[in-house]
Amino acid sequence: MTNIPLNPQQPKTAQMAERMTEVKGRSLWADARTRFLRNKAAMVSVFVLVFVALFAFFGQFLSPWDNETIDWNVLGNVARVGQPSLENGHYFGFDDSGRDLYNRVVQGTQISLMVGIVGSLIAVIVGTIYGAVAGFVGGRVDSAMMRFVDIAMSIPYMFVLILLLVVFGRSISMLFVGIGLIAWLDMSRIVRGQTLSIKNKEFIEAAVATGVPTFTIIRRHIVPNLLGVVVVYATLLVPQMILTESFISFLGLGVQEPLTSLGALISEGTATMSYGTLWQLFFPLGFFVITIFSFFFIGDGLRDALDPKDR
Amino acid sequence: MPAALCLPDGGPFMLSFIFRRIAVAIPTLLVLLIISFLMMQTAPGGPFNSERPLPPQVLANIEAKYGLDQPMWKQLTDYVAGIVTQFDFGPSYKYKDRTVNDIIAQGFPVTLTYGTISFIVAILVGGALGIAAAIKQNSWLDYLAVGFTIGAQVLPNFVMAPILILVFTLMLGWLPGGGWNGGQWNHVIMPVIALSTSYMASIARLTRSSMLEVLRSNFIRTARAKGLPDRTIIWRHALKPTLLPVVSYLGPAFVGMVTGSFIIDSIFSTGGIGYFYVNAAFNRDYAVMMGLTILLGSMTILFNMVVDILYAWIDPKIRL
Repeated sequence: MTNIPLNPQQPKTAQMAERMTEVKGRSLWADARTRFLRNKAAMVSVFVLVFVALFAFFGQFLSPWDNETIDWNVLGNVARVGQPSLENGHYFGFDDSGRDLYNRVVQGTQISLMVGIVGSLIAVIVGTIYGAVAGFVGGRVDSAMMRFVDIAMSIPYMFVLILLLVVFGRSISMLFVGIGLIAWLDMSRIVRGQTLSIKNKEFIEAAVATGVPTFTIIRRHIVPNLLGVVVVYATLLVPQMILTESFISFLGLGVQEPLTSLGALISEGTATMSYGTLWQLFFPLGFFVITIFSFFFIGDGLRDALDPKDR
Repeated sequence: MPAALCLPDGGPFMLSFIFRRIAVAIPTLLVLLIISFLMMQTAPGGPFNSERPLPPQVLANIEAKYGLDQPMWKQLTDYVAGIVTQFDFGPSYKYKDRTVNDIIAQGFPVTLTYGTISFIVAILVGGALGIAAAIKQNSWLDYLAVGFTIGAQVLPNFVMAPILILVFTLMLGWLPGGGWNGGQWNHVIMPVIALSTSYMASIARLTRSSMLEVLRSNFIRTARAKGLPDRTIIWRHALKPTLLPVVSYLGPAFVGMVTGSFIIDSIFSTGGIGYFYVNAAFNRDYAVMMGLTILLGSMTILFNMVVDILYAWIDPKIRL
C-alpha cells in the first residue's frame, strides 16, 4: 500500500501507450499472417500440401523400386498378385503394366504440381505486367489491350489447347505452352481493375509529379501494391491449372508415356477398375483430391486474410 | 405476368449494348476460324501422308479432289462459304465414306440430349439448393448444402464418372456402365450426374451467397416491415436479384459442359460429339477437328453473347 502513484491514471496511460506501439508495429502483412494462422482449414491445408509436395519430390527415396521396371511376374496378373503391400515395398501395388504404382503416383503428382505452379507463374508474370500496363497507361492503349483479352477469353480455349496438342505433337512442353497461353488472361483483368483504383492515389500522383518514368512507377509503386490480389488469385489458379491438365491427360492428349500425371493415372485406373484393381484408381484419385482441396482452402484463407473489405 | 417476371424495357442503351457485344463476338469467331485453319495448315504431315507413300500423280489427284491444291486463302474462303451457305463442313480425311456433316448428324443429338438435361438439372437443383440453404441459414440443410458445394468443387466430371460407374455398375449393378441405346433413361442418368455435379455445386454456392446478400438488403427489410408473408418476399422480391450472378455463370457452365462431353463420351461410350472429337484428335483427322471446333466453338461464343445480353437486359447497370 505504499506505492500508490500520485496520478492513478498514469500507469494505465503508460500501458495504453505500450499497447499502441504494439498495434503500430503490425504491418498489413503481419496482420494478414495472424488472420491466416487462425484459419484452421487453411492451416491444415498448408500441412497437407507440404506433405504432398514432399511426397512428390522426395517420395521416390522411400521406395526400393523405381517407376520404370516392369515386373514380368505381375504383368497380366495384377488383380491377384499386384495388391498394395508393405512387405514387398510396393506400397500402392502395381499398375496395369506391372510397374510400381507408388513411384508412378510420385511422378504423376510431381508433374501435376509442376504444371499447376508453372501455369500459375506464367499467369503472375505475364498477367501482372499486362494488366498493370493497361491499367496505368489507360486510354486507347488500355481499351485495345483489354479488347484483345476479351476476344481471347471468349475463344473456347479447350479446343485451341487440343488443336495445339494435336498439331504440334502431344508433349509436356506443348502442354505448358498451351496452358500458359490462357492462364494469364483472367489475371490481367483482375490486375488492371486493381491498378485503376491504385492509380488515383496520392502517392502515385506524387511520383508522377516528381517525374518518375512510367515503367518505374509501375515497377516500384503499382506492382508491390498489387501483391495481395496477385498472391490470392495465383493460389486459386494452381488447382484450375491442375484440373485443366488432368482433363487433357485423362483424354490421353496431354502428358505421354513414360511420363505421367495424376489425370493420366486416374484415366488408367478408370480403364482397369472392372478388373478389380481398384488401388490403381484410388491412390491417384486420393492425391488429386487432397491437392486440389488444399489449394482451394489455402486460396480462400489467403483471400480472407488479405482482403481489406473484411477487416 | 406476375410482377417478379416483368423485365425492364431495354431502351436505347440496350440496343447499343447489343451492338457492342456483337462487335466482340464476330472478331472472336473469325479469330477462332483463322487459328484453327492456320494450325491445320501448318500441321506436319498432310492428311494423305501414309506409311506407304502414294504415287505423286495419285496424290495430286486426291488433293485436287479435296481442293488442297488451291492457294490458302481460296481454301479458307471456300470452306467458310460452304459452312455459311450450305452448312457443309466438308469431307472427313480419315473415313472416306463420311463427311463431317454425317458425324455431326450422328453425334450431335446425343450430346445435345444429355447436355441439355445436365444443364437444366444443374440450374434447377443447384438453384433450389442454394435458395433453400440461404433461407434456412445455419440449419442442417445449410450445412449439407455448403458441404456439398465444397466437396463437389474437387469432383470434376472425370472424377465423378469413374466413381459412379464403380458404385452403380460394378458394385450395385443397377445401371449400365455405358452405351446410349437411343437415350433410354438408365443410360442417361450417370452421364447427367457426372456432367452436372460440379456446376450444380457452383450454382448452389452462388445462389446461396447472393440470396443471403439480398435478404440482408433494405428493400427486403421494408417488405418484412410491411408485414408481407415470407413466401411473397422470397418469390416476388428476393428471387430476381438473387439470380443475377447466376445468369452470368451460365456462360462458363455451358462451356464446361461442352468440353465435359469429351470426357462423358469417352468414359460412358455414349457416342456423342465428344467421342468423335477425341477420336479425330488421335487420328489427326484435321477436317473433323476443324469442323467440330468451329461448330462447338461458335455455339459457345453465341451462347455467351446471348447470356451477356440477357444479363444486361435484366441488370441495367451492365449496359453502360
